[in-house]
Amino acid sequence: MAEVKLMKGNEVIAEAAIRCGCDVYYGYPITPQSEVMETLMARKPWEETGMVVLQAESEISSINMVYGAAACGKKAMTSSSSPGISLMQEGLTYLAGAELPCLVVDVVRGGPGLGTIQPAQSDYFQATKGGGHGDYHLIVLAPASVQEMNDFVGLGFDLAFKYRNPAMILADGVIGQMMEKVQLSEYKPRWTEEEIEKMSDSWALTGKKAHRSHNTITSLELDSYKQETFNHKLQAKYHAMEENEVRFEEIQCEDAEYLFAAYGSASRICQKAVQLCREQGIKVGILRPITLYPFPTKEIERLSKQVKGILTVEMSAGQMVEDVRLAAKFKIPVEHYGRFGGVIPTPEEIVEALKKQIIGA
Amino acid sequence: MTEEIIIAGFGGQGVLSMGKILAYSGIMQDQEVAWMPSYGPEMRGGTANVTVILSDERISSPILTKYDTAIVLNQQSMDKFESMVKPGGVLIYDPNGITHEPTRKDINIYKIEGTAIAVEQGNPKVFNMIVLGGFLKIKPIVKLENVEKGLQKSLPARHHKMIPMNIEAIQTGMNSVEVVNQL
Repeated sequence: MAEVKLMKGNEVIAEAAIRCGCDVYYGYPITPQSEVMETLMARKPWEETGMVVLQAESEISSINMVYGAAACGKKAMTSSSSPGISLMQEGLTYLAGAELPCLVVDVVRGGPGLGTIQPAQSDYFQATKGGGHGDYHLIVLAPASVQEMNDFVGLGFDLAFKYRNPAMILADGVIGQMMEKVQLSEYKPRWTEEEIEKMSDSWALTGKKAHRSHNTITSLELDSYKQETFNHKLQAKYHAMEENEVRFEEIQCEDAEYLFAAYGSASRICQKAVQLCREQGIKVGILRPITLYPFPTKEIERLSKQVKGILTVEMSAGQMVEDVRLAAKFKIPVEHYGRFGGVIPTPEEIVEALKKQIIGA
Repeated sequence: MTEEIIIAGFGGQGVLSMGKILAYSGIMQDQEVAWMPSYGPEMRGGTANVTVILSDERISSPILTKYDTAIVLNQQSMDKFESMVKPGGVLIYDPNGITHEPTRKDINIYKIEGTAIAVEQGNPKVFNMIVLGGFLKIKPIVKLENVEKGLQKSLPARHHKMIPMNIEAIQTGMNSVEVVNQL
């Protein structure tokens, strides 16, 4: 068994990237995720696995470098925090439109604008509803522990390549800055050129071969009917993700009369709130979406038939609550409790909010 | 067993590293651990605090408002965290720089002259280890041998020669606890 280590979430992202055989990382420093590139630079993976680590001149540059590497069938990633991710939106919609796999890590901080450097979850809409223009989705994974920061790097790449679609790890400053016990993944070698050709021959730019015509990577189609056909193909892909890739965790839901819906660090705080509630005889559980897109709609619909009301807890003014309301089909009360702008809700506040907004309402 | 601890003081006092050593010591005895720092944009001089949780079970929230133990190293932290100790819990402080003594009667309060002793011994840097030693005397949640292993893990190899000095400071702290209020 691999050694157990005490590491920060951000450091683990870097370590997991090296270990999962990532080919390239391009990034630009921004708090609260600068440790990702700092760790990579200190680890010098180019000497170990041949992985390239490059500080780009901006986030716009980073994401377009990712586009270039991804077009060649390489495992490419970048990381940033909210303002930097906003700069990347053009690149992300082009990656989605060109059906290119890649991994983007967003360690969210409070906004809007340059905002604060403290943790927030106010970029749920941006991450799950497209973010850039056009009908597209990213695959969005929301880690709630340092261990999941490790696990989701490999999983993110697997899903990205399975669906030829950009994947995002949506973390926040709590998960990024916190140290916990982590069991790092075993090393996987980087793919060889031959392996890339074998796996991605139908689309990747690996050089024109005698047995096939040349591959083209583009998100441009001037014929509207062809663009519509392509969009149908994308939608079919998203439908397949919704069928096959929904991941979630139910915590103490068996006998729950009320439910918290929360992801990432908010779900951790809710676990304490559940303890406090149950000490007072209030039977409450947590539905924690692990994939924010595709969203666990069916599971929330199922639980909405069991519980009397749902409180979403987010470090935002209320974003995921919209998806929870849609999933519950407005049949039971679904309310939102949030702190934002870098303020983190306390377990006691959450208990009070449940009593006031759901139980006592 | 779950122990929820806040260590709070100025940046540069070794608050975060005290927490890290505790967390590593917990790992050495197969516990679940969480280390959650909170500090301003400034590196030194501003307030710094760290929540450390050691538990035999899965750890829930790293963000807390009630603590089993508060280790307080300056007045601002006393003002903020005295009220956040759970009734029956423990407050430990170094009186250096404390202008308002803690007043609660429903918690156990201990004083450790960490700064004064460290200065007296000519090594002011180890004051945080003296305070940590005091904490471990009051709450022996990790064994000294595991603290030593934790130090080996948390310090880079070039600093390993300082481990005996730190262990000595912890032992000094264990013998320097003064009771201020005991339930």
